[in-house]
Amino acid sequence: MTGFGFPLRTTRAREERPAWEEPPTKIGSAAKAVVITVICAVMILPFLTVLSTSLASRKEITESGGFVLFPTDPTLEAYRTILSGGIVSRAVVVSVLITVVGTALSLLTTIALAYALSKRGVPGSKPILLMVLFTLLFAPGMVPMYVVVKELGLLDSYWSLILPVLINAFNLVVLRAFFMNIPEELYQAARIDGAGDWRILTRIVLPLSKGVVAVVGLFYAVTYWNAFFNAMLYLNDSGKWPIQLVLRTYVVQNKSMTSDQLGIAHMPPQQSLSMAVVMLALLPILALFPFLQKYFTKGVLTGAIKG
Amino acid sequence: MTSPATRRRPQAASPPASESRTTSNSPSPGPGSQLRLRAPLRVRLRNNWVMLALMAPGVLFFIGFFYVPMLGNVIAFQDYQPFIGFKDSPLVGLANFQELFADPAFWESVRNTLAFAALQLIFFFPAPLALALLINSLVSPRVKKFVQSVVYLPHFISWVLVVALFQQVLGGAGLFSNYLRDHGMSPLDVMSDPSTFPLLITGQVIWKDIGWGMIIYLAALANVDQSLYESAAVDGAGRWRRMWHVTLPAVRGVTIMLLVLRLGDVLSVGFEQFLLQRDAVGARAAEVLDTYIYYHGVVYGDWGVGAAAGLVKGVIGALMIWGANKVAHAFGEHGVYSK
Repeated sequence: MTGFGFPLRTTRAREERPAWEEPPTKIGSAAKAVVITVICAVMILPFLTVLSTSLASRKEITESGGFVLFPTDPTLEAYRTILSGGIVSRAVVVSVLITVVGTALSLLTTIALAYALSKRGVPGSKPILLMVLFTLLFAPGMVPMYVVVKELGLLDSYWSLILPVLINAFNLVVLRAFFMNIPEELYQAARIDGAGDWRILTRIVLPLSKGVVAVVGLFYAVTYWNAFFNAMLYLNDSGKWPIQLVLRTYVVQNKSMTSDQLGIAHMPPQQSLSMAVVMLALLPILALFPFLQKYFTKGVLTGAIKG
Repeated sequence: MTSPATRRRPQAASPPASESRTTSNSPSPGPGSQLRLRAPLRVRLRNNWVMLALMAPGVLFFIGFFYVPMLGNVIAFQDYQPFIGFKDSPLVGLANFQELFADPAFWESVRNTLAFAALQLIFFFPAPLALALLINSLVSPRVKKFVQSVVYLPHFISWVLVVALFQQVLGGAGLFSNYLRDHGMSPLDVMSDPSTFPLLITGQVIWKDIGWGMIIYLAALANVDQSLYESAAVDGAGRWRRMWHVTLPAVRGVTIMLLVLRLGDVLSVGFEQFLLQRDAVGARAAEVLDTYIYYHGVVYGDWGVGAAAGLVKGVIGALMIWGANKVAHAFGEHGVYSK
């Protein structure tokens, strides 16, 4: 990613103390180390607990009263159980589908609109840009939103999880800012060579903005995967639930999963089962996290500073 | 938010005055000429048909799922009946608002909302800045990177997961209570205790979003000219004086911008978070404006009153943003949008 026009570092590469800076005091360093360690522990501990408990064997769970920090005899039985069909497996499939389809559609429409709004002289682009920016300041409200989705006949349809959140205005502003930063000369050279708007988009703009498109795509994917309230609002049929709703019912509200819901004969302990569901919901995020981290500070900052 | 378009002011929306009128029928000069004359609209529409086609789906989305629901707020003034639709439901004037303001549960939810917002402003708002200053003061880049990765992660997990994780650690059957039980003390169930609920909520918000909030501060700090620190040190400013006179002024603009945004959002304190935990601690402790709107408007089907509450919330939020921005301008800061 090039051409931001300002440094996009969030860390100063500082290997050594400059000569003018006084050496750190012993107490100061120790205090800093303690605070940093505590913060990291508080952040990581819940994840560790969940992971360990989901891997623990029945014997360990009963001995420790439900929680294991270091399983001695890890087993994947809980995962095998919830993934062998039944309500959890179905929810995972639904969530994956919605995330894939939703992200693809969101990216296509957002790129299209951002590109059209980044070119000068397109009739109507000024009012449309204002129309988009206005949506950043307000929200229409839950009840009218529900009524519109209902009157469009989208209730209990998977489209209700995609269409109402198709374009995020903030992502649109980030993309448009990036497209406008591409040097004007490139556009002009392409036009002289006889390329139209469409070819310029596919041959020049998109190859140059792979990075920022990746950021926006990741953001969309995370949002679709994490969608909870819209699913609760628009889907009444529990057979259509995405993973977050299953998580709420069986982990947050602590309902027990019965063997016929999972379609198996013998059951691992509930505690391991619910922790395995938590891990399932977490896995895609953990898988995407390295990429998110690599790009997202750049994406966010472009939007924040140039938006 | 000022759009990049504002930096390119020269091309005004109105056609240039006298000189263009004589040449308006000639085709517009090619790209690269500095003096752009406006081609007639017909020509511009024909030349840009690809762009107009690319715009269509996005524009349809914003109309259908933002502007139509915006107009749908008319439900607040209607006796809305689902089977007729909001085009034909009878108007009832301000009856919904009267009903809303006469409902003690509404005022309780407003009070709760403001209390939670105040807590978040006091405890959550400064936290990312404090953490950014701490991380910025570390010398080793490797430690910096590691700590950043650790604190970013929770932002990307859903509220359902956050609540589930907190339950596993702090709930009645959780890690903490088990530990207490094993050591002969009485277990604490933090997750269902209404009296500690405000602290729990604030703790969850800090846990989830401190890293996210920190990014923008770190960027501002990374852009501080290092020679400022050196000259301050040469002039005899110690560690704390340097922070006060160099570091903090560097993040002042960003802080004020975020504060204005936060104030504009004062009536939204994290809807999913409350919805998920309302059953455990009871409605009295956890009912905020958003959950009130959900339960009254959607669950009980009291559409008009729910929409009225949403409208009140939206109008107050807009006024807050506007007012906070005015204050920011008065202090000579940018705020969220420029004048």
